[in-house]
Amino acid sequence: MSVTTSSQATVPFAEALTRYEPVMGLEVHVELSTATKMFCGCATEFGAEPNTQTCPVCLGLPGALPVVNGTAVESAIRIGLALNCRIAEWCRFARKNYFYPDMPKNFQTSQYDEPIAFDGWLDVEVPANEDGGPAFTFRVEIERAHMEEDTGKSTHVGGSTGRIHGAEYSVVDFNRAGIPLIEIVTKPMVGAGDRAPEVARAYVAALRDLLRALDVTHGRMEQGNIRCDANVSLMPVGSETFGTRTETKNVNSLRSVERAVRYEITRHAAVLDAGEAILQETRHWHEDTGVTTSGRPKSDADDYRYFPEPDLVPVAPSREEVERLRATLPENPAERRRRLQADWGFSDLEMRDVVNAGAVDVIEQTVAAGASPAAARKWWTGDLARRANADGVAVTDLGVTPAHIAELDGLVTGGRLNDSMARQVVDGVVAGEGTPTQVADARGLELVQDDSALQAAVDKVVGANPDIVERIRGGKVQAAGALIGQVMKEMRGQADAARARELILATVGVEG
Amino acid sequence: MSNLSRDDVAHVAMLARIQLEDHELDRLAGQLDQIVGWVGQVNEVAADDVPPMSHPLPLVNVVRPDEVRPSLSQEQALANAPEAEDGRFAVPRILDEE
Repeated sequence: MSVTTSSQATVPFAEALTRYEPVMGLEVHVELSTATKMFCGCATEFGAEPNTQTCPVCLGLPGALPVVNGTAVESAIRIGLALNCRIAEWCRFARKNYFYPDMPKNFQTSQYDEPIAFDGWLDVEVPANEDGGPAFTFRVEIERAHMEEDTGKSTHVGGSTGRIHGAEYSVVDFNRAGIPLIEIVTKPMVGAGDRAPEVARAYVAALRDLLRALDVTHGRMEQGNIRCDANVSLMPVGSETFGTRTETKNVNSLRSVERAVRYEITRHAAVLDAGEAILQETRHWHEDTGVTTSGRPKSDADDYRYFPEPDLVPVAPSREEVERLRATLPENPAERRRRLQADWGFSDLEMRDVVNAGAVDVIEQTVAAGASPAAARKWWTGDLARRANADGVAVTDLGVTPAHIAELDGLVTGGRLNDSMARQVVDGVVAGEGTPTQVADARGLELVQDDSALQAAVDKVVGANPDIVERIRGGKVQAAGALIGQVMKEMRGQADAARARELILATVGVEG
Repeated sequence: MSNLSRDDVAHVAMLARIQLEDHELDRLAGQLDQIVGWVGQVNEVAADDVPPMSHPLPLVNVVRPDEVRPSLSQEQALANAPEAEDGRFAVPRILDEE
């Protein structure tokens, strides 16, 4: 038999796909946003002083007894239902036994062969790519979703890099130990071909959106609320026998999921091309260099001796309870986006900007408050997004509400404010000076409605620019733009630019 | 009825991080095999109509509300730690140097 290897050589992606079909399996860990831990009443708040949110249960002290968090079980069932899973009528927790310093009990309370949810699916929309690949929908089959608990957080001391390699010792904070996790495991994903890395990314993105819509997690990948392990294997084109897989751990951004899967495909192909065999192992993803490196091979120590947790009684959700929870499910985020895009009349590109800006909810609220969809989009993905970006805050944390924007839009469409005045009004709202109308009143912002002042300014500017007037009369109507700017300056910005244009053209005797 | 080998005991001892000498492995293999045998007698007595049991209590769905309870102070949490540093439990190097 050939040697196994964890070599770093790769072949080009497109070439690899001519000979091999990738198979993926994704395991996603979701940290629930419950107030307390899975099996004790310790708080879960992020960023507390180390080891100030622990108790005998989550520290694994002798004699301490766990009790299940009812809200976490409800969240698990809702996640299962949203993933079109069946919900177990009766299931138990199990102990997964292993030793690691971030796990104080020396076992993780998890579920083994009786997950709370199983046999589901999620339809994932994969967008068109830059190489001309079309958009398509891929159905990801869900194997299971089960309940478990998080580990503590290690910090490695000594050595030059702060990494576990080369460290002299480590220190552990157990505030995170025991926070509820739901692990969602896909069935093998086959048939995506050269779009496999994009499918992996789109799946995690769709899952994240769904979990946020369910309001069961904070859903911030950068804070580790959602963590992904990516299993990848290759089989020769035409084969139906899966190859040996590797598991790349903790790939924690959408972009990294795509890149890590892509990298492993190119690496596996090189190993197989050389006639060698893939070593079944975990691998570490390196964001900076875009490669994975060998982690830990599967070994005798991966004998977790699962057994039913004797300190927790079984979970047996009644069918009535399951149906009650099913009724609380939100609209599927992808379907909701399609519905809103149609309602609002946005192009695909506009809708993508809105989604990427995280502005779907706030635009929906702004439209509900009376603004036009176009105006709501313009404000939330334009001026307000820039302000939020400059201040490093979320667009919803600027102090500007959907009602403010709807009111502001009314002031603009009603002819009281022009765009530049509207931006000054937003300055005032952000500064806490009140509602848009109050700010406009206090700052004296109002378009001059009286044409006589505007006409006087137009006459002055037309008289001062005979050359431009000649060009307008000669058919270059767009030259009026230069005059509009001067008129607006004369009016100190307090004029309606469209009205100024009309008066300029009338004054020089040209049809608009 | 010898089902538990010396190698089984050595494997379980490794998983449990218990270091055993050769003569201890021999002795424990015999003793553990006897214990497994005794427990196995339950299987002989239980008929097909007796389902496997993991919990002696006929209870399900014992849950608590998601309400924060007081935690230990950092000082209390670390009271039994052999070593602590900056409010954290200090542990020996995790990876062996290659």
